[in-house]
Amino acid sequence: MRRGLLGLDPEVVATARRLAARAAGPVVELARAHTTVAVERATLRLAGITGADSAHRSGDVPWVNRVVDTVREHCGLEHGVALPVFHALTEQGLTSLTELAEATAAGQVSYRVPEGRERTRAARAARAAVARGLRTVDRNRAQREKLVARWGDPAQRPWIYLIVATGDIDEDVVQAQNAARAGADVIAVIRSTGQSLLDYVPEGATHHGFAGTYATQENFRIMRAALDEVSREVGRYVRLTNYASGLCMPEIAVLAGLQRLDMMLNDSMYGILFRDINPIRTFVDQRFSRQVHARAGIIINTGEDNYLTTADAVDGAHTVTVSQLLNEHFGHEAGLADWQLGLGHAFEINPDLPDSFRMELAHALLARELFPDAPLKWMPPTKHMTGDVFRGYLLDGFFNLAGVLTGQSILLVGMMTEAVVTPFLSDRDLALANVRYVLGAAGNLAEDFRPEPDGFIVKRAHQVLSETVDLLERIADDGLLNAIAGGTFGLMRRPADGGRGREGVIVKAEGYRNPAVELLETGASR
Amino acid sequence: MTTTILPGPVPSSAATEPTTGPKTEPKIASTTGPTDQGAAERDTRKRYVRPYGDTTGDGMVQMSFTLPVPHGPRAEGAAQQLAAKMGMDPAMVVHAHPIGPDFTFVVVYGSVTHLVDLDEVRVVEREFPLLPPTEVNATIRRTLRRKLTVVGACIGTDAHTVGIDAILNIKGFAGEKGLEYYRELRVVNLGAQVSVPELVKRARAERADAVLVSQVVTQRDAHILNTREMAAAFREAMGEHRPLLVAGGPRFDPMMAGELGVDRVFGRGTTPGEVASYLVHAITTSPAEPATAGKARA
Repeated sequence: MRRGLLGLDPEVVATARRLAARAAGPVVELARAHTTVAVERATLRLAGITGADSAHRSGDVPWVNRVVDTVREHCGLEHGVALPVFHALTEQGLTSLTELAEATAAGQVSYRVPEGRERTRAARAARAAVARGLRTVDRNRAQREKLVARWGDPAQRPWIYLIVATGDIDEDVVQAQNAARAGADVIAVIRSTGQSLLDYVPEGATHHGFAGTYATQENFRIMRAALDEVSREVGRYVRLTNYASGLCMPEIAVLAGLQRLDMMLNDSMYGILFRDINPIRTFVDQRFSRQVHARAGIIINTGEDNYLTTADAVDGAHTVTVSQLLNEHFGHEAGLADWQLGLGHAFEINPDLPDSFRMELAHALLARELFPDAPLKWMPPTKHMTGDVFRGYLLDGFFNLAGVLTGQSILLVGMMTEAVVTPFLSDRDLALANVRYVLGAAGNLAEDFRPEPDGFIVKRAHQVLSETVDLLERIADDGLLNAIAGGTFGLMRRPADGGRGREGVIVKAEGYRNPAVELLETGASR
Repeated sequence: MTTTILPGPVPSSAATEPTTGPKTEPKIASTTGPTDQGAAERDTRKRYVRPYGDTTGDGMVQMSFTLPVPHGPRAEGAAQQLAAKMGMDPAMVVHAHPIGPDFTFVVVYGSVTHLVDLDEVRVVEREFPLLPPTEVNATIRRTLRRKLTVVGACIGTDAHTVGIDAILNIKGFAGEKGLEYYRELRVVNLGAQVSVPELVKRARAERADAVLVSQVVTQRDAHILNTREMAAAFREAMGEHRPLLVAGGPRFDPMMAGELGVDRVFGRGTTPGEVASYLVHAITTSPAEPATAGKARA
């Protein structure tokens, strides 16, 4: 219905996509050629290892970390962790991977890469175990579809997305259920500051996060159960979001699939740019986590909004579009369908600029028309929220209006106390009232909204698209890794050989085996 | 800091004017209502002030809050009582609505009975001006003519990088971007559990202008001991030419810098912008710095 308001030239759009594919190509090859400690740990989690070594001197170390680290010490990871682990399981005569992990911690297991018939047997056992994990993921997907059919989707678009972040999962449950009762369709539990830089996933229910709550399998389970309870009460399926980012991105993706999370923050470059994680580590982990999300029926949310908090939202508008096109390509390559691509963008233009709202409309409409089938995620102002809560409330109202006028799909509710305090109960309530008012008063205004073909909005959108094509050309020529190293996105310079977690990247050997990747790429479940 | 513009007789009411809210009894406060101040107040109104609604001295304020009480007359009465205890008289609950079954949000307008004595306003003086990132960058370019190198770490056994990451990572804290965001700052974040000798070695190798250490764990005063050890190690290894030393963490008291042997201590709630502004201030005003820089880079 709204398609074509900007009169974008299909040739130019096709060129942009072609260039994005060309820029992304070498990176996909790189991702295929490497594995990481996190991908191998994620594989073991799918195979059924849970829990942590609580006897270790540096606190609870997850069993998957103990096992992967030991395998790496004994025989390297270039053949994957699956073969040595399942070979050792038979060799030791153990029945469960947890027993194997305990024996590993006690120093009783010596790992090697099996050959010949032993190799075939280990590969078969590994595939069977990982397939069992993936069938749980498949069952969760089917269960979600059943529950959505039973309780229904939200009555309106955009879906209303709210963040809770108390640090204590039990408090989060109270806040999340209240938010759902007040109209939230999607609940995101923001993670504890710095979790993205931990090279392990904490265990159990947690109560002491810093400005957020740790992502753990148990916390995922608790929150999903709480949202099921409130979904039944409010008569719509309330979705749960967490963050598959940072050094444990593949593992978090697996845990999300195992606990029926519905959306995951998952950006191809965020960790590189904003957390200084090694680019190759990120792209390898990215590809695996997206394959898991594709399988689990999870909608990913990309993080382009972040660029605009560092770069200028007018000058850097095209970098958002470039990143959206790259995220789309990487997503498709990993098996995600359009309906799973929650590409991000944000309302971050300086409100003191003349025509700032018209520019916001142009950018938002451009994203809408470039990605007509993607559930676009529309992010509220943060950079120009000053602590003047009254002005902030007005700005959020305009943000909501831009969202409904340009047909955005997922609307992250802006808080007038952004940058002041973690939102009060009342801040959230007022923010939802703001959204309700705009939806009620102007929800169908898009029907009457026809930007002038030669007007400001259309021209601005065309300008951003043409800058996008120029930049993509440069990236395709120079290479994406060089563009990232040179500070193209969010003004951050990140060289390919720098950043955290690079010691966890391993070049695959000829005989590398990973049953998870095989099952994910073929779609098989046995 | 003295801000008296018009010294004059203290109005009789000021002597009885409570300066803290919670203890205020409306009964006492009501004897000093805005209308019975008389000529004395007009003389001294620049020293003694009240909030301004639409008339000088009306004391009008607005306030909103949530009570864990179901919506209804009882919630509004409770709001009224709280407002009165906070020194609002009269207080008007102009709006109330339920948030879920257990909470009520209220908006209250009213006149506060308190007076502010500007003579008694004490402001914690920051010794440096807060600069926006562009100015921080410009100042560094102008005065150093090179990037300013900052080395950050969590020292000792402390694995809590929350603090140092909030200050250094571009992601930042409290809506402010971290030091990595500043074009003219070169940031080397060594991460967690860095030993003091390692830190000294890296700071020297990177030619650090400033070293930032973060300490969250405070068991048995670990944060104090670690920081002292670090300061001593830098003194010993580099003497006069040591980098600027900055310690930060939620349990540090900014008054402790001298005692710890560092140049500055930042406590809870410090934002990256404050640290960046301080670095620029300290390095551009410290007389030792040009010599150090010149020598190190000769």
